[in-house]
Amino acid sequence: MTQSAAEALFRADDLTCRRGERLVFQGLTFAVPAGGALFLLGPNGSGKSSLLRLLAGLLKQLTGTVTWAGEPLSSDREAHAGRLHYLGHQDSLKNVLTVRENLLFWARLHDPAVGDAKIDAALAALSLAPLASLPAKLLSAGQRRRLALSRLLAAEAPLWLLDEPSVGLDIASVARLEEMIAAHRAGGGIVILSTHVDLKVPDAGQLFLDQFAPAVSTQELWA
Amino acid sequence: MSRLWTVVQRDLRLALRQGSDSLMVVGFFVLTVTLFPFERTSAGILWVTALLASMLSLDRLFLADYEDGSLELLTLTPTSLEILVMGKIIAHWLTTALPIIAAAPILAVLLHLQEDGFITLMLTFLLGTPTLSLIGAMGAALVLGARRGGVLLSLLILPLYIPVLIFAVGAVDAAVQGLPLKGHLLILGGILLAALPLAPLATVAALRQAVE
Repeated sequence: MTQSAAEALFRADDLTCRRGERLVFQGLTFAVPAGGALFLLGPNGSGKSSLLRLLAGLLKQLTGTVTWAGEPLSSDREAHAGRLHYLGHQDSLKNVLTVRENLLFWARLHDPAVGDAKIDAALAALSLAPLASLPAKLLSAGQRRRLALSRLLAAEAPLWLLDEPSVGLDIASVARLEEMIAAHRAGGGIVILSTHVDLKVPDAGQLFLDQFAPAVSTQELWA
Repeated sequence: MSRLWTVVQRDLRLALRQGSDSLMVVGFFVLTVTLFPFERTSAGILWVTALLASMLSLDRLFLADYEDGSLELLTLTPTSLEILVMGKIIAHWLTTALPIIAAAPILAVLLHLQEDGFITLMLTFLLGTPTLSLIGAMGAALVLGARRGGVLLSLLILPLYIPVLIFAVGAVDAAVQGLPLKGHLLILGGILLAALPLAPLATVAALRQAVE
């Protein structure tokens, strides 16, 4: 991240996160400009998922601030929700609804004006169009993941927070995901993602979470 | 044979660590018996069973969304969560209370409810069951992520259901006996009007806690 602070659209300053009795990270700072991408790297348990949840507004930080275009997240929760897509470990699908119904529900909640064309395009982009009328129960794990990813395309949002988005995807779908990310960034969108596979995201920044691990863990203090 | 005991042991351990099942059964037993004083009249029987039936479905109201990650996405929807919660409560009422209301007149005939009580019975159901869904949602949100959620839910919710039960049954009994019933109905309406804004607020606070 070489961009100056003024250019950074999305930034975090001095974030500290606590889960239960444990400090996950502290003093975490980063900045991402429009069109930028940031990889969250670190071993299991280093706080990648916690950071993504915190950036989405699902978790509250202990200290520090997160700002979008200079506005702190906490100032307008709904506005922040409107500008982001969060993809967690779970696919948030209902087995008894069809592929199309599942997507339509989330897209309409995000943007009530989403039309059929947008839904069809999102399904086609992830090769789900032939499965559109099948109940989600019949999908494989990879197909479920693709359906979850189609949310990103069906309703637009400038900030993508993706927690291991490629889990369960085949090689062709991973390539499609890389294209999606590139197109999103070309339009000025930001992507922050954690991954354990080698996703090709050109010029992406890297944030090593173990650098922000607390020097002394609370567990050691208790010992 | 040793495998039999392995399974028994493992299921007992699971029940002790997380299980609400056995407590749930006892809890349900105790709670139902405590409701029996209301079951002297046919209106009482109808109301108590309707209440227990609607409670059975509450467990799943938010749990399914909580488990499959939908709840997180719902809280990340760019609108106030109260509106989405209200939507879920309306759907709960339409799928659980409405069928009960539809079945009630037939069951009332079966229980020999006197003719004078019929319209009042339907009125109390229409005024009372939305309150049950509203209060129930609050309880269902509070027990998310808690161990022994099922029995906790009954313990939390039932005391709050009792006033609805008292005034609903009171109204029908008054109608049957030719006594004035306006007061009962007004209180039922009042409880509904209080629950309408308050229950979604409390539900949302509990859901945000659960998602974090």
